[in-house]
This record gives sequence, structure tokens and C-alpha cells, in this order.
Amino acid sequence: MDLWFSEFHAPDVKHSLRVTRHLYSEKSDYQQIDIFDTPEFGRVLALDGNVMLTERDEFIYDEMITHVPMAVHPSIRDVLVIGAGDGGVVRELARYEQVRQIDLVEMDPQVVRACRTYLPENASRLDDSRVHIYYDNALRYIRRCKDQYDLIIVDSTDPFGPSEGYFTREFYGICYNALRGDGIMVNQQGSPFYLHDAEAMTRSHKRIVSTFPISRVYQAHIPTYAAGYWLFGFASKKYHPIEDLNAEKWLSLNLRTEYYTTKLHKGAFYLPAFLERMLREVE
Amino acid sequence: MEREEKALDQHKAPIYEALQNFRQMRVVPFDVPGHKRGRGNPELTEFLGKQCVSIDVNSMKPLDNLCHPVSVIREAELLAADAFGAADAFLMVGGTTSSVQSMVLSTCKRGDKIILPRNVHRSVINALVLCGAVPVYVNPEVDNRLGISLGMQREQVARAISENPDAVAVLVNNPTYYGICSDLRAIVKMAHDAGMYCLADEAHGTHFYFGEGMPVSAMAAGADMAAVSMHKSGGSLTQSSLLLIGPNMNTGYVRQIINLTQTTSGSYLLMSSLDISRRNLVLRGKEVFAKVVEMANYAREEINAIGGYYAFGEELVNGDSIFAFDPIKLSVHTRDIGLAGIEVYDILRDEYDIQIEFGDIGNILAYLSIGDRSQELERLVSALAEIRRRYQRDSSGLLNQEYINPKVVVSPQEAFYANKKSVPLRESEGCVCSEFVMCYPPGIPILAPGEQITGEILDYIEYAKDKGCSMTGPEDPEILYLNVLE
Repeated sequence: MDLWFSEFHAPDVKHSLRVTRHLYSEKSDYQQIDIFDTPEFGRVLALDGNVMLTERDEFIYDEMITHVPMAVHPSIRDVLVIGAGDGGVVRELARYEQVRQIDLVEMDPQVVRACRTYLPENASRLDDSRVHIYYDNALRYIRRCKDQYDLIIVDSTDPFGPSEGYFTREFYGICYNALRGDGIMVNQQGSPFYLHDAEAMTRSHKRIVSTFPISRVYQAHIPTYAAGYWLFGFASKKYHPIEDLNAEKWLSLNLRTEYYTTKLHKGAFYLPAFLERMLREVE
Repeated sequence: MEREEKALDQHKAPIYEALQNFRQMRVVPFDVPGHKRGRGNPELTEFLGKQCVSIDVNSMKPLDNLCHPVSVIREAELLAADAFGAADAFLMVGGTTSSVQSMVLSTCKRGDKIILPRNVHRSVINALVLCGAVPVYVNPEVDNRLGISLGMQREQVARAISENPDAVAVLVNNPTYYGICSDLRAIVKMAHDAGMYCLADEAHGTHFYFGEGMPVSAMAAGADMAAVSMHKSGGSLTQSSLLLIGPNMNTGYVRQIINLTQTTSGSYLLMSSLDISRRNLVLRGKEVFAKVVEMANYAREEINAIGGYYAFGEELVNGDSIFAFDPIKLSVHTRDIGLAGIEVYDILRDEYDIQIEFGDIGNILAYLSIGDRSQELERLVSALAEIRRRYQRDSSGLLNQEYINPKVVVSPQEAFYANKKSVPLRESEGCVCSEFVMCYPPGIPILAPGEQITGEILDYIEYAKDKGCSMTGPEDPEILYLNVLE
């Protein structure tokens, strides 16, 4: 059988994976959910035809979106995670004993159900006693919160689908309001490479810059995402992502990682020239 | 005739079906439009899509003719009449402005009086300029807290009728832009008892014909004519509209009136959108509008929970000047957070990329319709919460919009065509204005041709300009000068 999954990374660029088995295909109230096996990347979750994660490279994303803020803020206890219904971010967070509460707000319960069944490794810590799952629109959930989180992780799909609202100024504003005085917000910020993605990325960066006093972008290489090149946003009320990095403390926790290191942490904030210019234009 | 022979099949969409057939015939065009199915204008075709430009065609036998419809357009009109419970219906391609003007021109002649509320859309007074009829204004009651004009009270209409027994028609907003309805059934009865026509501006009332638990529609209330903006809550393309008539009107005469000003090249894009939308509303309107009402109610609750804002609804109903409230209108009073409605409107657009329908001195209106989804509503509510957090300030010093009782000195037509001179705004006090001044939207005139300019009106104009309202009407776009009668 010669079955291939293809995804457009740009109008004229396609990325394809050979599929050995299509395990799950359902349309929820919000999106089309597919899970399938591939020889090179293992099991894959796709939403509306876009790859969300693969078993092979999800560690890069989940580690970089979690450990970077955790190594900066000295005492993160209460964390809000938006999206991330697969459980990968929660799994990384649950490794920290200091964290006492992880609230996960996911709009689509069907994603969580499907991942519990087909991606048990990612979903492994969703039943941790510190984790509370709320099936709700995140804008609706967060605007009721004030001064109650140390960290908000926005693990949304791209800005052209049901998550569009999570790339808006009103969203960043209510996140700011929901964070404590030294809180940090980290979000997946898309890719700067293809034009369409780059425009969305700079738009959301501009909105974050106008909302938080400190706003920096960092990068990682993720093979199955557009251009294999992905960005995260680090927005903060008080802590600087490099100056306030407490490498010793983080190293003392003895967490084994596959991608994140405290050296890479610093390096990830040093961006290529074209990207620096792109960001400077909207800052 | 056809209507009496057999029940109409509302699953049909005759114009749409004729266009589908027409496309398959691959007829060679040696007629207008000159773009010839888009071939002559590749950039336009690329932009709008081949599907779209290939049905931008001229009237021809298989597609009927809007000026004198006998086949598919006529069938679509009869289906629309049936769907809206009207005696007859006309597809309109010049916006609801043309429907409103056709109502006035069908019932009023030069010198005739027409009874109407002052908070009418400019298109009504424009029609008076065209035909020379004279307005008799019924002062609407004003809600002092919200600063908006309400509906007409029954007693006020009765007085206007008895003081002006020679008037020919009464015009009613059903509803106003803010969603407020007068007691239409009672007003229709009063007008008919006095031998007058009753006309309804239903630019914002399409859904009254299809949703459940809605205020009464003009046709159900027995009105003689109604101008219905299908393109607003009904989902058809911008500029398409319907004119409905009751059994007292003469179809042929109304058609003649429409043809005085209507294009002879009616757009099939607009007509097919009316046809398809009518079918959709008949088949799915009830269910769709139930969802819209649910969303609007949810949004009202959430916005009121933010604090400071007041998203008003049916609690305002008082049995007279607010006889009913349109449940899908999301109007929000903003004055208590210290911002004028127009300021919130501007912030929503400039900082949050949210475009709402309008903002005036004290309120904003978000237009909900058949295309809305809950995720966008969450953005709107969150953005309002953020605006309050970031911009809230003391509200003293903000003007409360008040109804300014107009003093009509000469008819709109006389004033519009009279000899006039241009004077600086502040020096115009006491003069008779010869042009309109309004914020657009909502497009309700602050001054209309023939009305006396007062100091109070000038204060209001200056305040609205200062707050950033988009002012239109006068010849001088900056509104530093006004044209007044010599």
C-alpha cells in the first residue's frame, strides 16, 4: 500500500508522511481529528489536516514551551495551560514537584478522549491529582481570572482555525490580568519562514509587545512543522528570559531532557538577522 | 393568480435554478456586460472567482427582466411574498434605501403630510426631498439613562393623526437601529381608521418573519408596505432588499414607482442572493435565529457581568414606547465606564480588530446575525472587558445624548432646492438648514433640510465631532460651514 498524508506548509509547498495505518478519524464540534501511524515519525495527531504532534518530535515542542519559563521564574506554583489536549505539556509540567496546580483549558473534549486512547504516553499525566481539566473556550475561562497564575502556557493550534482567538490582543490582555505580578506567559508563536506564517507571527508579536513589559521570541527546530523552524513567545511582567535564568537551580532538579539544556536556553533567544529585523519592525 | 391555484414550493429558488441552467447552456455572449463572463477582465475574475463573474449577466428571456418580470423573477417575487406573508413582493437592487423611497413615493405626493418618528433613517427624508411631502414628526420618548430615542407612544400617534387628519401615511421603524419596537398593530389600526396608509421601515427586522418569539412583523400587523433589508439579518448580498406590500396596495402602480429610479440592469448576483436567502430563511430560519437569540442573550449576560457596561434587553419593555425589544440586537451602553460609544467603537477596531456596527454618544451596537459563532462572541466580550480594564475613567463630563425636538420651518424639498448660503457653523444659529447633518452610522439626522438650527444642536454637533463620530450630510465635508436658507 502506498498511502501518504500530505499537508501544505505554504501554498506551493507540501510536506508528506507515509502512512501505515489510519487509526482514528472523527469530526468533533470544532475540528476534524485524525490519528495515524507513520514509519518515520511514529504516531501522528492531525487537527483539520495539520500535524499537531508526532511521537518522534513532540519532545522538542513540549520541552521548549515548558522548561524555558520553569528555569526562569523562581517559584512557579499555579499554572494555566491553554489547548494542549494531548497532554504533552502537562506531562512535562508534572515533573516539577513545586507545581501545585495545573489547570488545563481545552475547548474540545474529543481531542482529549482520542489522545488518552491513542497517545497514552503524552496523556500519561492527565490524571495527576494536581491537574484539573476544564472544557471551555479559553477567552471565556481566563477573563474570569485575576492575579491567580504564575505561568500561562498557550499551546494552541495555528491562528487560522478555531484557535484564532488565542492570537488576539484581547486574549493577551486577559492573560496579563490573570497572571500574578511576576507572572510569565509562553505561547507557540508559529513560524517566521513562509510569508503567510510570518505575517501572523509578527501580528501576534506586536500584540504581545503592547501588552507585556518584557516580550522576547525564541526558536526551536521541529521537523514536522512548517519549514521545520518554530518560534515561541516569552512574555513576562518581571523576569527577563536570559538575565533571570537560574541554571544552577534548574540543573539541581536533575530532570533528564532530550532537547532542552540551560545553554540551549540562552542560545534559543539569539535569532537570525532576518527575524530580528522582522520583529524590530513591529516592536 | 398562480398563488391561488396551488401552494408554492418554498424549496424552489427560480432565479438560482435559471442561472444554473444558463451556465450549462454555454450561451455565446454578444450582449453586455462587456467583460464576457470575466474573460475581458482577468484580474477581476481572479479576485471575485469565475463562479461569480460568470453569472454577472444581463436580462434575457430565460432569466427574465427585473423592470417587467414575467417568469423566473416574478416566481421569485411570489415565493418571497408567500414566505413573508405579504400580498406581493418586489426584489430590490438599490439597497433598502430604494425600498424606503418606493414606499414614500407610492403613497405621498407633493404637499402631502406623512406622520413619522424623528429617528428615521436618512433615506426617508431623502424621499421627502424627492417628492415634496411634508413631515409631521411624532416626538419619540427618550430613555434618559441610555440617551436613545424609543418608539412612538400610541397616544402621541393618535394626537398626530387627529391634529393632521389630511395626512396620507404613518411610517414606523420596526424596529429602530437599537432594536426597539412601537405597538405596530395599534398604530396600523389607528392609521387605517383615519384612512391613512401604514408604512414600516424594517431595515432591521427581516428575522421578525422567521424567528420564534420575535416582535410582530409589519405584514402580520397589517401594514400596507414594508422595506426589508434582506442583506442585514437575512444573509443576502449587500445592496439587495425586499419591498413587501399588503392587500390595499396596487402592485402595478408600485412597480411603476420603483421603475422611476431603479436600474434597468438589475444585478443577478443580488437577485440570486435574495432568492437563495429567502429559501434558506424559510427552510432553516426558525432554528438559525433561535441560535442567534441564544448567543445574544449569552453575550448580554457576559457583558453585564463585566461591570460598568449595560447591555440592554427586553427588561426595558414598557408596553408602549418600548412595546417590544428585538432579541438579536446587542446594544451596549458604555457611558458608565467613562467612554463614549464611539470611543469604544474606535478602540475595538483599531486595537482589537473587531468591527462593530456603530457607536454613538452613549452606546455601541454589535450586529449579530445568521453568520455568527460563539468563538467570535467570546472575543468581543473579552475585548470589552479589556477596554474597561485599560481605559475606564470617570464618566462625569460625558454628554448624555438627548433628543432634540426639531422645528420644521419649511418642507425638506423646499429647503433643499431653495436659494442658500454657506455660513460658519457657529454663525448658523437661528437659520433654517438646507442640508442634512448626521453621524453615519446610525444615519439618523441631527438636522434635516428645512429645520431650524439651535444652539443646542450646534453643541451636539461639535461634541460628536470631537468624540470622533463620522459626520456626513453637509456639502462641506469638514462641517465647518453649513448651508442655510437665504
